[in-house]
Amino acid sequence: MKIHEYQAKAILAKFGVPVPRGEAVFKKEDARAAAHRLGTPVVVVKAQIHAGGRGKAGGVKLAKSPEEAAALAESILGMTLVTPQTGPEGRVVRRLLIEEGLDIKRELYLSILIDRATGAPVFMASAAGGMEIEEVAKENLEAILRQTIRPETGFEPYHARKLAFGLGLSAELAHVALPFLESLYRAFVETDASLVEINPCVVTGDGRLVALDAKVNFDDNALFRHPELAALRDLDEETPLEVEASKFKLNYIKLDGTIACMVNGAGLAMATMDIIKLCGGNPANFLDVGGGASEEQVKNAFRILLSDPNVKAVFVNIFGGILRCDVLASGVVNAAKELKLAVPVVVRMEGTNVKQGQEILRKSGLNFTVADGMKDGAEKAVALARSAP
Amino acid sequence: MSVLVDKSTRLLVQGLTGREGGFHAQQMIEYGTKVVGGITPGKGGTKHLGVPVFDTVAEAARKTGANTSVIFVPPPFAADAILEAMDAELPLVICITEGIPTLDMVRVNAALKNSKTRLIGPNCTGIISPGKCKIGIMPGSIHRPGNVGVVSRSGTLTYEAVDQLSRLGIGQSTCIGIGGDPIIGTTFLDAVRMFNDDPDTHAIVMIGEIGGNAEETAAAFTEKHVKKPVVGFIAGQTAPPGRRMGHAGAIISGGQGTAKEKYAAMRAAGIYTVQSPAEIGETMARILGKSKTGARKKSAVKPKRTKKRR
Repeated sequence: MKIHEYQAKAILAKFGVPVPRGEAVFKKEDARAAAHRLGTPVVVVKAQIHAGGRGKAGGVKLAKSPEEAAALAESILGMTLVTPQTGPEGRVVRRLLIEEGLDIKRELYLSILIDRATGAPVFMASAAGGMEIEEVAKENLEAILRQTIRPETGFEPYHARKLAFGLGLSAELAHVALPFLESLYRAFVETDASLVEINPCVVTGDGRLVALDAKVNFDDNALFRHPELAALRDLDEETPLEVEASKFKLNYIKLDGTIACMVNGAGLAMATMDIIKLCGGNPANFLDVGGGASEEQVKNAFRILLSDPNVKAVFVNIFGGILRCDVLASGVVNAAKELKLAVPVVVRMEGTNVKQGQEILRKSGLNFTVADGMKDGAEKAVALARSAP
Repeated sequence: MSVLVDKSTRLLVQGLTGREGGFHAQQMIEYGTKVVGGITPGKGGTKHLGVPVFDTVAEAARKTGANTSVIFVPPPFAADAILEAMDAELPLVICITEGIPTLDMVRVNAALKNSKTRLIGPNCTGIISPGKCKIGIMPGSIHRPGNVGVVSRSGTLTYEAVDQLSRLGIGQSTCIGIGGDPIIGTTFLDAVRMFNDDPDTHAIVMIGEIGGNAEETAAAFTEKHVKKPVVGFIAGQTAPPGRRMGHAGAIISGGQGTAKEKYAAMRAAGIYTVQSPAEIGETMARILGKSKTGARKKSAVKPKRTKKRR
């Protein structure tokens, strides 16, 4: 789960990570008051969306007075920011962070994430703060420091020393880096984060280290033990259809093609998208209805698929294991009747109770195209989508 | 022969009296798996599905002579269940549970290194040696005994591949679902190594997904050490970056873990790559010379076994 920068900073501050003073605001009048309270000669007005690249897109501006902060707030609030991470449709700015301006001497990159190869948390650091770490990696992989934290022993002072001196910090700053990095690690572990990224982490003129930007993602699987963090979810930042799908425990990701797919299992769902593409079509979505989907879930899945206006055909690809084909077929038939289905549907079923499932489809009197195998199904769906008006 | 599980497997089910655990235990028993005990704290001394229930794994292992455990407990308690099975020194533990917090698995992973246990999963379908032993949630009926080892991160996609093989008359020695999470016990590398060492496994099917680089690691090992033919498929060729595709581990992040990279690594290792998930079975058939359409039929897949043996 993603959260906003201001929320991430509030969490990090609780763990003792130094962050700039600042306030989140939702209205331009509040921006003026916030800037006034901060009282620094320069304040920063930062658009809060769940995507990076805000600065270049015009979502981060400096203001020299509370009035200017208010004027900037007015122009940025409600604006649609398009960054490389938002996709072409962009994101509407609904929240701002008004922050004190700092005297910046150096910018560093810091992050913690789980290294899959070692199965342990790893710090990544680079002296090229402000740059995307992927870009740094492309140019010079050696410029990225990596420090694995062994879970048996946890964070140790030498981890901080290696990172700080590796970044070329002075002895004084290395001293400051120890509590900074230790707090960051505690925040990562105690919130069950999947990513903590400080880019940039700045060295100020008065010799402090401050998290100038902050990105924190949480492990969805661990949210059950952090209800206060789960409450930070901002539905405005998610695709409406995906939000709707999550209500029914469906795993749906909207894409931009014309062939909707409904599949059980994540691997098969990805493979189904792949075969549609191989057959010359484009998938409209990823949808995994899960291992033990009920008739109700299947129905809702269908409704969600069809509410995407780009969809010209539906490809249902089910390998019944725990999910029985007859349950699936009943769900599809009910959904088709209720939704007065206008697009062609190709159904490929295999596995548990497949005969009963096919019987249900046949008896429904609806015009389903039955496929024999996934390739046949994909080809039929692509052909039907092409011939659709 | 087969890998890891066979007729000598004596299985415990952690979470036997739960809905999932009970349902699948029944299926496993019907398949012929020797389920010798179940664990549900507080229900020790009772019986469920005709199987004795114990309060702890240690007691169950001691009293039944079990050598394997399968875990069906809910995510908040699953890491603890794995650690308990490790503490009982069971050589093989299979965790089916989906949705275990990653940091729980970080702890488990660290503990595994100094244990006598091999873990399969979590978030996996389990392991089956057809005709001998089935542990997990896969439908037993699609499998048939034979000599192809299958290893995969996904569930239903594996059923798809196994079904293709079985329909072409190609049986399986063992099929291992290693799971879709970022941190797992048994990796592709481990599985490929075991299949390579198993005299009754003559060929290997490897079904990967986007995310991480476990497929690349296994490919590198294959290039150096595996003389058996390997067929490889990667799901997620069309997946957008930065989105978690269902499985917690299936995500392209920071430009890493793309299908393109994985295919390139597999091809470089002399693995027979398959672009279409519908052609896994027939590709294997062609390699084994069993294809009804003729082994010489030209296909989309070019065998690229141009290995330089060092």
